[in-house]
Amino acid sequence: MSATHDDAPVAARVRHVEALLEQRGWLAPGEIDERIDAFAAGGSPAHGAAITARAWVDPGFRARLLADANTAIGELGYSMAGGLQEQQLTVVANSEDEHHVVVCTLCSCYPIALLGPSPGWYRSEAYRSRVVREPRAVLRDFGVELPATTRITVWDASAESRYMVLPRRPDATEGLDETALAGLVTRKGLIGTAVV
Amino acid sequence: MADRFAPGDRVRTRIADPPHHTRLPRYARGAHGEVVGTAGHHPLADERARGLASAPRAVYHVRFRAADLFGEGDHAVVLELWEDYLEPTGEETRP
Repeated sequence: MSATHDDAPVAARVRHVEALLEQRGWLAPGEIDERIDAFAAGGSPAHGAAITARAWVDPGFRARLLADANTAIGELGYSMAGGLQEQQLTVVANSEDEHHVVVCTLCSCYPIALLGPSPGWYRSEAYRSRVVREPRAVLRDFGVELPATTRITVWDASAESRYMVLPRRPDATEGLDETALAGLVTRKGLIGTAVV
Repeated sequence: MADRFAPGDRVRTRIADPPHHTRLPRYARGAHGEVVGTAGHHPLADERARGLASAPRAVYHVRFRAADLFGEGDHAVVLELWEDYLEPTGEETRP
């Protein structure tokens, strides 16, 4: 974590606490980095893309995914149980009438297992403070212009759940197989800051 | 203990500004919203952060109109809130 904020005062404090814990033998040297790497290992937006493509081609899977995402992603071999406790996953589906976008205003909660480490902008104060207040303007900054008739719902990950957006399937993709469809899905599409 | 709320219930969030960690964001204090889903049972983050024992209790997805949070905006915000943060408003469920 501190690798991206080496100069921040909090990074110095973290290093100091880490050193104290190591001196007392409560932590092995490098243990925290190993734990972080293990938590992030295997997480990739490709997982979210594969789940999305399956939902596009299989209406039954789509229904199960929206009703109980933790169980449904197990059908594809994915799990939200990589951390200290299994995280609850909620998948929200975009439609012609409603567009969803995900944020964590209090910190940076994110479905790492399905999307990999979060992008820097997702953790930025600018995104976190603005998107709950003026999502349409923020989406415009991302190049997404939604019809005025499309309702926007912002999901703030304020407790234990993690969220993933199920994007709309693009037009004229009837001829594509599941693998090709997965290739169309972007990380931003799974957060809701892009359409696919 | 039975869950205090169910989807469709109108609720108001607590207005207090606690002197400790909490997961009720400042922008959503004292706001009216509607329970739209349940999100399991979890120990209260406010208590865990202070090293206190905390029994799991119901957590809900609560939908707020932007205008009720910020005085403007035509979107909605869904927050995930422990039942401790919520009070019933006594209003009828909106059609």
